[in-house]
Amino acid sequence: MVTRGFVGRPGNSDQSTRLPPGQHVVTDFPILSAAPTPRISAEDWTFTLKVGPRPVAKWNWAEFNALPQTKMTRDIHCVTTWSKLNTFWEGVLIDDILAAANLEAPTAYTLAHSYGGYSTNLPVADLLVGKAMVATRYAGQPLAAEHGGPARLLVPHLYFWKSAKWVNALQFTERDELGFWELRGYHHYGDPWREQRYTND
Amino acid sequence: MDWQNATITHIETLSPRVKSFFFRLPEPMSFRPGQHVLIRLTAPDGYRAQRSYSITSAPGPGKAEELELAIERFDDGEVSPFMHDAAEIDDEIEIGGPIGGHFIWSPDDPGPVLFIGGGSGVAPFMSMLRQRASIGSRAPVTLVFSARTREELLFFDELSKLAGAGDGFSLTVTLTREAGAHSFRAGRIDAAFIGGVVAAMKMPLRHVLICGSDPFVETATEGAIASGIDPALIKTERYGS
Repeated sequence: MVTRGFVGRPGNSDQSTRLPPGQHVVTDFPILSAAPTPRISAEDWTFTLKVGPRPVAKWNWAEFNALPQTKMTRDIHCVTTWSKLNTFWEGVLIDDILAAANLEAPTAYTLAHSYGGYSTNLPVADLLVGKAMVATRYAGQPLAAEHGGPARLLVPHLYFWKSAKWVNALQFTERDELGFWELRGYHHYGDPWREQRYTND
Repeated sequence: MDWQNATITHIETLSPRVKSFFFRLPEPMSFRPGQHVLIRLTAPDGYRAQRSYSITSAPGPGKAEELELAIERFDDGEVSPFMHDAAEIDDEIEIGGPIGGHFIWSPDDPGPVLFIGGGSGVAPFMSMLRQRASIGSRAPVTLVFSARTREELLFFDELSKLAGAGDGFSLTVTLTREAGAHSFRAGRIDAAFIGGVVAAMKMPLRHVLICGSDPFVETATEGAIASGIDPALIKTERYGS
């Protein structure tokens, strides 16, 4: 339905090939979270790789930062309709994490887990071949706590709630098990280009 | 997402920056207090803009045939300037939802519960408090309402009346940009202030819900934690994001 009197925003057509449907560009970096910001010091931070319930590898902050480092400049798209262009991240690719653990993906699905109990589900295919990382730096600086620091997942081709803040584990699961927001009305996959915002989109 | 064309039946100015819009729903909606809906605007060329707004009306009894949304005008926004400047009574507006299963509280929960709202962040609490009053709940609830000025205390007359009912709801107001010319506390929310509010409440607290802008939620949450509240009790919702 065309809304009476609504003509859209001037200038948005310039970005029509770059922006997924229904998104608009912001220059600030809005914060969304469901609970207080967990304050985790780098000294206390660990990252665990799990197969089902079984931990198969674990790194502390120093060990994790000794893994191969990768830079990534990407547009990010929040389900609440803001997009931020050319965001610059540094961290460790999921490929390199698996290589360091000598592990080939044993199942087709994962759950990323965070301090504070948040989780989100991701197919393995969306994490490998350079598509995703555990990011520890943003815009050349250590990642701030309100943006998920010390470390967050970065899966920039999916809506940004999939890029779980305060990440502390990646767990391979036999099935596609829904995470925190996916159990609360948000889409199980979250492709911005297909506008998969909510459960049945 | 289920979308429907709702009709604006009434527009009420709540403050210089906030208006309430009342919508008649062709498909009555079940929702829980604290949930939000989406407003989607479509231009003739197909360009769309969509934002979510907390529902301020109470959900029931039964399915709601009308919704109230309190919409703050953000000058660099797309949806709120349109709603404030162009939308009129009898216009049809596309509404989707309800969405959000996290920032909710229903008065069948016995409490005690602390709400902390900043500015238009009071919106979801209005739905919760209106439902609480309508079903005669006596769950202990305290609302800390922070606004910049007296005229930005949305729904203040209604909240005062609810607080005067003696049914376990109490209201505490603080104004951040207007000192002196009123009887309210002046100043931002901090740990000492929240500690004082909590000390006057029944114990133990079951939930703390905090809603407002990014910086408000950050400050209020830090204050709540510093006052001794268990972070695991706190749920947050941020506006303007």
